[in-house]
Amino acid sequence: MKILLTYSFSSLATYIHNLLAELITNSLLLQVTEMVILGVSLIAFLVVLCFFLGYMERKVAAFMEIRLGPNRVGPKGSMQIVADTLKLLLKEGLTPDSADKFLFNLAPVIMVIGSMMVIAPIAFAKDFQLYDINIGVLYVSAVSSLGVIGILMAGWSSNNKYSLLGAMRSGAQIVSYELSVGLSLISIVVLSGSLSLGDIVRSQENGWWIIKGHIPVIISFVIFIIASTAEINRAPFDMAEAEQELTGGFHTEYAGMKFAMFLLSEYINLFVVSAVAATLFLGGWMPFHIGGLDGFNHIMDFIPSSVWFFSKTFLIIFIIMQFRWTFPRLRVDQLLTLEWKYLLPISMVNVILVTVMAIMGWHF
Amino acid sequence: MRGLIEDDYVTDEGEFVINIGPQHPSTHGVLHLKVWLDGETVKKVQPHLGFIHRSIEKMSESLSYRNFIFATSRMDYLAAHINNEACALTVEKGLQLEVPDRAKYIRTILAELTRLQSHLLWWGCTGLDLGAVTPFFYAFREREYIMEIMEETCGARLTQNFMVPGGVMYDIHPNFQKRTKEVLIQIKSKFQEYDNIMTGNVIFENRTKGVGFLSKEDAISYGVTGPTARASGVSCDIRKLIPYSAYDQVQFDEILGTGGDCYARYMIRMHEMKQSVSIIEQLIDNIPEGEFQAKTKNVIKLPKGEFYQRVETPRGELGVFIVSDGAASPYRIKYRSPGFSNLSALPLMAKGGKIGDLVAIMSTIDLVIPDIDR
Repeated sequence: MKILLTYSFSSLATYIHNLLAELITNSLLLQVTEMVILGVSLIAFLVVLCFFLGYMERKVAAFMEIRLGPNRVGPKGSMQIVADTLKLLLKEGLTPDSADKFLFNLAPVIMVIGSMMVIAPIAFAKDFQLYDINIGVLYVSAVSSLGVIGILMAGWSSNNKYSLLGAMRSGAQIVSYELSVGLSLISIVVLSGSLSLGDIVRSQENGWWIIKGHIPVIISFVIFIIASTAEINRAPFDMAEAEQELTGGFHTEYAGMKFAMFLLSEYINLFVVSAVAATLFLGGWMPFHIGGLDGFNHIMDFIPSSVWFFSKTFLIIFIIMQFRWTFPRLRVDQLLTLEWKYLLPISMVNVILVTVMAIMGWHF
Repeated sequence: MRGLIEDDYVTDEGEFVINIGPQHPSTHGVLHLKVWLDGETVKKVQPHLGFIHRSIEKMSESLSYRNFIFATSRMDYLAAHINNEACALTVEKGLQLEVPDRAKYIRTILAELTRLQSHLLWWGCTGLDLGAVTPFFYAFREREYIMEIMEETCGARLTQNFMVPGGVMYDIHPNFQKRTKEVLIQIKSKFQEYDNIMTGNVIFENRTKGVGFLSKEDAISYGVTGPTARASGVSCDIRKLIPYSAYDQVQFDEILGTGGDCYARYMIRMHEMKQSVSIIEQLIDNIPEGEFQAKTKNVIKLPKGEFYQRVETPRGELGVFIVSDGAASPYRIKYRSPGFSNLSALPLMAKGGKIGDLVAIMSTIDLVIPDIDR
């Protein structure tokens, strides 16, 4: 399994590898089998994760809205989301007569594939990374914008005016906010000097960038959170869905499992965005270290790296979820105003500040 | 007629028509808006009515003067008390019947509680329309207390049917005063919370300030009434201008705005809630002893003539016009419903805005569709 770099479950990986190697002698076939196993387990992991995120969203919403949230199916209502998924699976997947059937059915698949692909370079724990691609940051920002193709496809092929309006909005929105996301990513690339996510995490050994990088990095962190909330189409930037205006926007015509796939990709996107933010700004799996204090650093090392990664990621997810249940939705022109008049100029100036800081070595 | 409507779909180059409603999350009922769009910009709005027309006015012609009142609960279902009161007042005007003070006070308190719950629901729905779901639950928390009071005293939560010609149907529940005072304390403590979550929010202010402008002249010429007109600076509070029931016994301010935009309409209603609380506070401890209902004949017959009564519902001026030929049921009834006139100004306000603005305007003129269609 060359594609996996050093693997913390290395004994398990080696065991599976040896087992398969005994059964399958053809080396190409062996590699393909291993990749299929890897892919299936990744998809299973993501689906379970999305179940959890769905449950978490309902509970956070209920907490904010002085309700109880799901509490009937399973312990504390934790199986509610499973029941809902089963319901969606059993529902008839309607395709409107006048829709472009090929694109209509392809759109949700593209959305899900687009969001799942971004997972590849993210390090979940120390030495636990699917593929430490050397242009990781570029890869993340490139692949994460694939989703808009799915949205445009869905909006166009539904042959529904609401869907088309939603798709139009989403196109304008994601293209705009991509710039701010990119620029805030660049500020970390400038500081760490590497595009590889693995290297970026390792560069935060003596403190996370949000602490080491002074105010400019805090600004890029805030901009990243705002812009990526917009990029993943979540409230208050859910222009493409805008239930009260467009009755669901690009997924107005979708039902059943196809609709569930849009939800799946929404939650995977939420996780991915938070994971990227945690990796770049909050040190990913890197424990909280203060340069020089070895005793303190050792104590922090006792907490497993995966706990660090997931707690940071879920903290950011929790914040983004609170946005959704607090703010009203922006109007479509205000959304673009926010990006082009405020976020983009600020991030441009900020990148220059960070670059100067990096050249002069002013950061810790 | 059919052909005319079909032809309307012909558009200029670059425009297209979408139908918002009759089933749409933000029309709050079965209102159909035909919207001409140029991209996101609204070029023209044409409301189509009639989806929930139940011919309440025609129906009332075959009902007695006692019974027709209760059909009006189904007009503006958020202000059932006030609709009932308007009809009862008209009949009393025709009979020249003096209503006992106790009944007047009870009517006024219940009407203000109705206004309070209607505005609370409106506040929640405005949040919902603008994309914030949480305010809806906050508003419903307090509205529920009011509904419980209604349930206890009137026996119903929404369509109370509590007003009869000559007073109210029953005396108030023994708990009424105690619980109302508790609820007022509860609601007063929550106004700050409402402001925190909605009023000061930057996104909310951007969505509403300067949106859906209605000038004072237009408000008058379109016959707009209620908070919508008062936001444009038109003094039109019937409670103040032509006091009925116990409104001449209480001190309250008519809230006037100058903005004429969605934000002004929002602020007017927020302040009106506080005024309603103050009105109830002035009355609740001073309900006079005595009869709660004047003596009326079993079969009420109005003298021959025309009778008109105006009241202030949460949405504006409700007028009840009865033509009587001396029989036991009205010869002709016409309701001047506030929603209908307010809706007529919607195309004017929405023109040139975005789709999001249209939703904001619709929610701040507080449409209740059964009130428009009747």
